[in-house]
Amino acid sequence: MKLQRVRDANRPGIALTLDGAEIAAQQGDTLLTALLAGGAGSLRRSEFGDGDRAGFCLMGACQDCWVSVAGVGRVRACATQASQGMKVTRG
Amino acid sequence: MRIAVIGAGPAGVRAVETLVAAGHRPVWIDEAREGGGRIYQRPPQSLRRDARMLYGFEARKAEGVHATFERLAPVVDWRPETLVWHIRPQARRLSTQHQGRTQATVDYDAAILCTGAMDRVVPVPGWTLPGVTTMGAAQIALKTQGCSIGARVAFVGTGPLLYLVAYQYAKAGVTVAAVVDTTPFATKFAAAPGLLRGGATFVKGIYYIGWLRAHGVRVVEGATPVAINGTTDVQGLRWRGSDGREDLVACDAVGMGWGLKPEAQLADLAGVPFRFEPLQHSWIPECDTSGRTPVEGHYLAGDGAAIGGADVAELAGARAALALLQDAGQSVDAVRVAALDRALAGQQRFRIALERAFPYPAALAASVADETLLCRCEGLTAGELRAAAREDHDVGPAPEMNRAKAFTRVGMGRCQGRVCGPAAAEVLAASLGRDVASIGRLRGQSPVKPMPMLVPEATP
Ligand SMILES: Cc1cc2nc3c(=O)[nH]c(=O)nc-3n(C[C@H](O)[C@H](O)[C@H](O)COP(=O)(O)OP(=O)(O)OC[C@H]3O[C@@H](n4cnc5c(N)ncnc54)[C@H](O)[C@@H]3O)c2cc1C
Repeated sequence: MKLQRVRDANRPGIALTLDGAEIAAQQGDTLLTALLAGGAGSLRRSEFGDGDRAGFCLMGACQDCWVSVAGVGRVRACATQASQGMKVTRG
Repeated sequence: MRIAVIGAGPAGVRAVETLVAAGHRPVWIDEAREGGGRIYQRPPQSLRRDARMLYGFEARKAEGVHATFERLAPVVDWRPETLVWHIRPQARRLSTQHQGRTQATVDYDAAILCTGAMDRVVPVPGWTLPGVTTMGAAQIALKTQGCSIGARVAFVGTGPLLYLVAYQYAKAGVTVAAVVDTTPFATKFAAAPGLLRGGATFVKGIYYIGWLRAHGVRVVEGATPVAINGTTDVQGLRWRGSDGREDLVACDAVGMGWGLKPEAQLADLAGVPFRFEPLQHSWIPECDTSGRTPVEGHYLAGDGAAIGGADVAELAGARAALALLQDAGQSVDAVRVAALDRALAGQQRFRIALERAFPYPAALAASVADETLLCRCEGLTAGELRAAAREDHDVGPAPEMNRAKAFTRVGMGRCQGRVCGPAAAEVLAASLGRDVASIGRLRGQSPVKPMPMLVPEATP
């Protein structure tokens, strides 16, 4: 899944990593936006072997966008602000 | 008197406004960082732009709710980024967690729950692919993040949000591949006389549909979704038209939704009884027209009580607060109460027509194919639930939702049945040959959302 930035796409940049790979994002992004606009494609793998997931409700209810942030733990990517230097691993 | 208000959407804002005007200083809690709720959810400061761009025709109302929120937050005990994860109605105590880190309990004498709603979905093959989101999610991405869920987006479902979100996307310059409505034109047409009562709201709805067609967006009515194509990503949306022919559009994302359903888990834990509301085709917590529930001291307002939309939420928030004040023996302005009651009754007639115009496709949900994933948290297919319904367990077959949950794990996962619940109920009811209202609903569990364990108590 690739989120497209259609408005306000020229905000100051921030950098984070997903499973060690660099992701370029922007200030004001949620973690979900940062990762999925930054080319991550997905956020987690279903435990039941039915493929990758990338969130669904974006309002903190479905829990399908879980990722782990170093020093913080498991978070919902849609309900977490991205910040400079975050080290994220797929949920 | 200690009053707690949960939720800072339009309903919560007007409830708190009314309480503050009567001299109270409630504890006001929302999981979000700021007030506004879903419809008027605000982007983070760094990408805030003018309200007209973000909220369209609703800009003035959005600004009104935001300005009121900003005036109130400093004068009450406002607790942002705080989840209420449990409520004990006898002890009158809330359990809360702030930023997933610190716990606190809140004791109250009376509480108003303004917890809002979420999208109602019907599983379609391929619906768990990255690139498929709810209709609400598609809107949140655009409104609060300036992003679309894809470069070429198809929308499928029914209800006012279907056309509104498609319009908002097209207006923002995103290619809308198709708008696929499961409701036939004739159904909407039949509801038109009642819809006219909606006045401006009805006119806006017609405007969005007209605008989409005028801008060459493909709008299909009376369709049956067949599948979302793709193996690792969305490639297209397939449906069967009212003439029985299959059709396909290429797209890289799909937004789906069939109306909304109340986020009523806290009402459930508070012991409020629920009833099946045939028109909304949904279980809703019981309360009277002023928001009083049968559980003393507990009130409901807004979409968390029954889906009524933002205007109803504002009215109902104020009304529930007045009911609370009346019950506490405070004198309230009778003229205002009467005006609110009249306005709410008027809105009710429009909402009835709206439900008739965009009915939940129960038959479609009941016929989800055996191999289709039904419960996305537990990886459970519709066929597995049907098998459990047929099977003769020691304790008999699964005669109702909570038994089915115990047998199959349907609705037991991380979202606790918020997503699959309505469709799972249709599947179970159909395979038992029973009416959906008779097979019950998934009961709310504490914590209402998953949260980190072993969180220390906040030092007061
Ligand atoms: C994603 C989405 C988009 C929508 N967009 C539109 C639209 O464009 N136009 C329209 O007319 N209608 C829209 N709606 C319908 C919308 O629900 C109502 O119009 C309106 O927002 C209802 O107001 P409310 O105050 O009842 O609830 P909401 O506005 O939903 O507010 C509820 C608040 O309660 C908080 N909350 C809930 N549970 C808890 C808890 N346990 N602990 C702490 N806080 C909690 C939530 O964080 C939220 O802020 C949308 C709904 C959704 C779900």
